[in-house]
Amino acid sequence: MTNEVTTPFYNYIVDGFPGFLDATPGNFLPLREEAFTRFKTLGLPTTKAEDWRYTNVQLFLKDPFTFSPVAGTVTETQLAPASIVGLDAYRVVLVNGHFQENLSTLPAIKGVTIEPLAAAATRPLVQEHLGQHIHLQDQPFAALNTALFTGGLFIEVAANVIVDKPIYLLNVYTTTHKNAFIQPRNLWIIHTNAALEIVESVLDLSDNGIVLVNGVTETIVKENAEFSHYNLQMAAKDGRYIHYTATEQEQYSRYHHFNFTLPAASFTRNNLSVALHGNYTESNMLGLYVANDAQHVDNHTFVDHLRPNCNSNELYKGVLLDSAKAVFTGRIHVNQIAQKTNAFQQNSNLLLSDKADINSQPQLEIYADDVKCSHGFTVGQFNQEALFYLRSRGIGEEAARNMLVGAFAYDITDQVKIPAVQDYIISHIEESIVIN
Amino acid sequence: MLSIRNLHAEVEGKQILKGINLEINRGEIHAIMGPNGSGKSSLASVLAGRENYTVTQGEIIFEGQDLLEMAPEVRAREGIFLAFQYPVEIPGVSNITFLKTAVNEMRAYKGLPPMEARDFLKYTKEKQQLVSFDANLMNRSLNEGFSGGEKKRNEILQLAMLEPKLSILDETDSGLDIDALRIVSNGVNKLRNSDNAFVMITHYQRLLEYIVPDFVHVLYNGQIVKTGTKELALELEEKGYDWLKEAYHLKESV
Repeated sequence: MTNEVTTPFYNYIVDGFPGFLDATPGNFLPLREEAFTRFKTLGLPTTKAEDWRYTNVQLFLKDPFTFSPVAGTVTETQLAPASIVGLDAYRVVLVNGHFQENLSTLPAIKGVTIEPLAAAATRPLVQEHLGQHIHLQDQPFAALNTALFTGGLFIEVAANVIVDKPIYLLNVYTTTHKNAFIQPRNLWIIHTNAALEIVESVLDLSDNGIVLVNGVTETIVKENAEFSHYNLQMAAKDGRYIHYTATEQEQYSRYHHFNFTLPAASFTRNNLSVALHGNYTESNMLGLYVANDAQHVDNHTFVDHLRPNCNSNELYKGVLLDSAKAVFTGRIHVNQIAQKTNAFQQNSNLLLSDKADINSQPQLEIYADDVKCSHGFTVGQFNQEALFYLRSRGIGEEAARNMLVGAFAYDITDQVKIPAVQDYIISHIEESIVIN
Repeated sequence: MLSIRNLHAEVEGKQILKGINLEINRGEIHAIMGPNGSGKSSLASVLAGRENYTVTQGEIIFEGQDLLEMAPEVRAREGIFLAFQYPVEIPGVSNITFLKTAVNEMRAYKGLPPMEARDFLKYTKEKQQLVSFDANLMNRSLNEGFSGGEKKRNEILQLAMLEPKLSILDETDSGLDIDALRIVSNGVNKLRNSDNAFVMITHYQRLLEYIVPDFVHVLYNGQIVKTGTKELALELEEKGYDWLKEAYHLKESV
């Protein structure tokens, strides 16, 4: 496939590439060049591409963006809006992808490495894994990130190390009078029998400019390791976020991915790709999107059952208000040898406005015969009888609607294992539900 | 307390209530009986403000105010309580959160601050005992997986906690065994006083043995066709409704 659509954004990247590329030796140059060739071949997707049928990403790339690898200066006070009350955690702050040591509190535990990806570039483990867990051949944005990423975090937890507190990873974005195009890249490796919890959030401090973030996170969860990743997407209005999360699981590992997309970023596209390379793994993928105004939220998930006896459980729920639009694609692939697979998927939606829109598509490809797989999709409105019941007890209409939205989201919020994070999410959901 | 005058109401274009007149004073207990489809539950729905009902004629004055002008939550805050015939299950909302929200919304309406956590617990415990409500059900999702009896008891628990002026019990006795009926009735008897009033909608005289009404009304074809005292309920138990239906149609054809 050759790129037939050239847009100002595409031309800006292609023309600017030689200047954008940091050609320092050891900076993954062969990988970057190969990825850039791939990006040029794929081009920016249009709605003709199956994976982008319901998301016209071109709409969000129309504005002029400036390739901005540099970090702005951020002070502690500015971080206050992103603080999670009562959260006892280590903290890592990235500004435009760049690690801020002065704003971070790292665990002083033997066996835990947290450093900028660039600083870790010479490590054999990084050379071995970076770029090896994403499907560059059909992912133009991941290819673009691979070609031109700057910043991002390398995290390694050594074998048998249980990190005692969650790591709060705060992604801060800044711009000044210009739209910024930012591409952070993470590589996280959790070794055998280790355990890690990451709470990731975003804070948009842009001043008179739009942020376009195209990030990639590659994670390897080794044998019998456990990794919980809470991704809280509650960025400022106008922000555009494209993220590719690729996780590889080895045998007996457990992976819990939570994705909360709440107002007000105008565009969010999450690709979550989980490859099960070992037997007896457990994967829980839970998503909640609450979108209002004209937000567009697209969750694209892929679970690849490559080995027998693995369990994957996927539940994405959405609440759409105003003229918000959401897309859910849930692809499950069960390899011929992946017998005794359990793979469940459910996407449920509450549409609270006539103008809101959901497109949901399960894609199940099953090549093994002894498996349990299911998928489901629902869309509904408020249960009027429940609403009347609450109101008949003196509960005002708005509070009653809030209670019902909270109840709808409960399947997801109830599974958040960190109480402070759970409270934080629940209060943000409530703030999001203002029905006009 | 409540005056219903010439009330006509329809649902989905169908006339259900065809001129109801009813006066309820504080301290009184009224029973409304009548065959299936006579409009008993519709009357309860109109009083509580269920939105698919349209009042086409008449008025309802509650404590000097036009009830029909009020949203359902305002009616509740002003002191109207409907115990549902089929209480709604709401998975994901805990019973205790629901009760707390309701109690505090009522308090806010009266200009009172939210109840302190400790006071609320004490208050809940006291009311729970009144209707022998299983404490284990408090942290469960509202009515979800409750038995029929538990749901009805939960309605009476809410009634006890919200302390309404006028309570409408819509077939609260249906689906209850004798023990549950006794518990629910005892609860109501303890809650009744000279300032509040109750309307009990029922098919059976049985409930009225436990909660003795001051007046019994028979609703038929959207109208109150007969009003009497508790003896009327016994008469209905014995003779059924046919004699009243005949008398009504005789009158209609004149």
